[in-house]
Amino acid sequence: MGLFRRREIVAVNDVSFEAKPGEFLSLVGESGSGKTTTAKIILKLLQPTSGSIIFEGKNVWELRSLEELRWYWRQVHGIFQDPYASFNPLHKIDRVLYQVFSLIGYSGADGDSSVKEALREVGLRPEDVLGRYPHELSGGQRQRIMVARCYLLKPKLILADEPISMIDASARAGVVQLFLRLREHLATSIIFITHDLGLAYYVSNRILIMYKGSLVEEGSPDEVMEHPQHPYTKRLREDVPLLYKKWSEF
Amino acid sequence: MAGESGCGKSTLVNTLMINVKPPLHLMDGTITLDGNSISKMDRSMLKKKVWGILVSLVPQSALSALMPTKRIMDFIMDVIGHHMTVHNSDVASMAKKRFEELNLPGEALYMYPHELSGGMKQRAVIAVSTLLNPKLLIVDEPTSALDVSTQKQVLKMLVDLKKARIIESMIFVTHDIAVLRQIADQITIMYAGKIVESGPTEDVLYNPKHPYAYSLINAVVTPEPEVRKRGLTSISGEPPNLLDPPGGCRFHPRCPRAADKCRSIEPSLVRVEGSRFAACYYPY
Repeated sequence: MGLFRRREIVAVNDVSFEAKPGEFLSLVGESGSGKTTTAKIILKLLQPTSGSIIFEGKNVWELRSLEELRWYWRQVHGIFQDPYASFNPLHKIDRVLYQVFSLIGYSGADGDSSVKEALREVGLRPEDVLGRYPHELSGGQRQRIMVARCYLLKPKLILADEPISMIDASARAGVVQLFLRLREHLATSIIFITHDLGLAYYVSNRILIMYKGSLVEEGSPDEVMEHPQHPYTKRLREDVPLLYKKWSEF
Repeated sequence: MAGESGCGKSTLVNTLMINVKPPLHLMDGTITLDGNSISKMDRSMLKKKVWGILVSLVPQSALSALMPTKRIMDFIMDVIGHHMTVHNSDVASMAKKRFEELNLPGEALYMYPHELSGGMKQRAVIAVSTLLNPKLLIVDEPTSALDVSTQKQVLKMLVDLKKARIIESMIFVTHDIAVLRQIADQITIMYAGKIVESGPTEDVLYNPKHPYAYSLINAVVTPEPEVRKRGLTSISGEPPNLLDPPGGCRFHPRCPRAADKCRSIEPSLVRVEGSRFAACYYPY
């Protein structure tokens, strides 16, 4: 019979925050919290029903020309959860790196050495990865290549959505270090989108906690863990399994 | 039972129950359960005497084993029907009683899987696996897809099962070391199909002997100041292809302590002190 009822889901509700230059922020939330939707809005992949994204004084949703959009996407760069999905499996990985040059409008002669340099910055040996197809590399290597793109692009803001969740545990710390070094070397602001409170605590200057589409808590990692204000944060803190303390009621 | 994906932990626990179908074969060795050697039993014997009765496994795919068109109670009837001929009313009362013991709502028994939340489904499946009071319960990544609060509920249920002596022992397979820290008495760490270290939980976590165990544990990130102070360790390279593993110790290509002996002769799992075991020539 087909009666359609359109249900509206408020994925992100009145979320407002600021990212300062060189700041490492984490947007922490479980699935359904609205954190990925927020990231997509910032990256201009989804349009908000209201509100604005102001970047360097400009309202991102008012940018119209191709020129302006390219400017934005040079400054604000996304790294996603599945390191495999960001690659075209039919092309060698070199392509994702060299593509950056067309985005930044650069056609210099030393493209090759810049690419190799960027790969070394992320701990990869150029000879190990150049000329290979995505399936020939590990998840950790693919993610490192995505970070290498940032060394070429030098964006002001990087949004990384669950950047290490699909990488083997033993390789994760290395990729985390990469982000920290990116910030150190390029003074890039980084926003991590993650469900992992431990990861957020470790890397961030500030943590923002999202729950059911709303921003419920904001503060430094220590503030959030030691003096949580919102009941959701308090519950999260009690329920996260810790390494150095044992749960009491067990 | 801890280790990264691909280390063999799921294969191991399935083999422990002789849940072995081609292309998986049990090549050698014996498996003794409660004094009985079960490795030579055939499938029908295992169904009659072992599965669900001595040992029960809640596999990773457990939730997808629930047929969407069957209510939980029907699922239970099917499962128990496999093992014995019982009256439906007996099964129903067993199920109700067990659900009650585990603080699960009786109404859930008459619901369809899609009507239950992820956490409730998982707890129901675990409850069903214990209906015949197996001595050993094996759970494979029971909480990986759950949010932290639901995870804690499921973990509490597992601990309660043991406290209530419904099961005697449990093997919990997971990649999440912080979870193991909270509920396990003993930790066994696997790498590339081998057990590399085992011992009492706190001893292994705070003082690992095997270099791989050391790196794995120091890569765990929890929101604690101790972790921030300790820093995160990572190892370069990745686990080997098991079709062509390295000679000698399988970890040697990535090991900071590897020496010639490590590259040529595989170390056995030996006692290093007390109830601690490690498969390494140069443990910490």
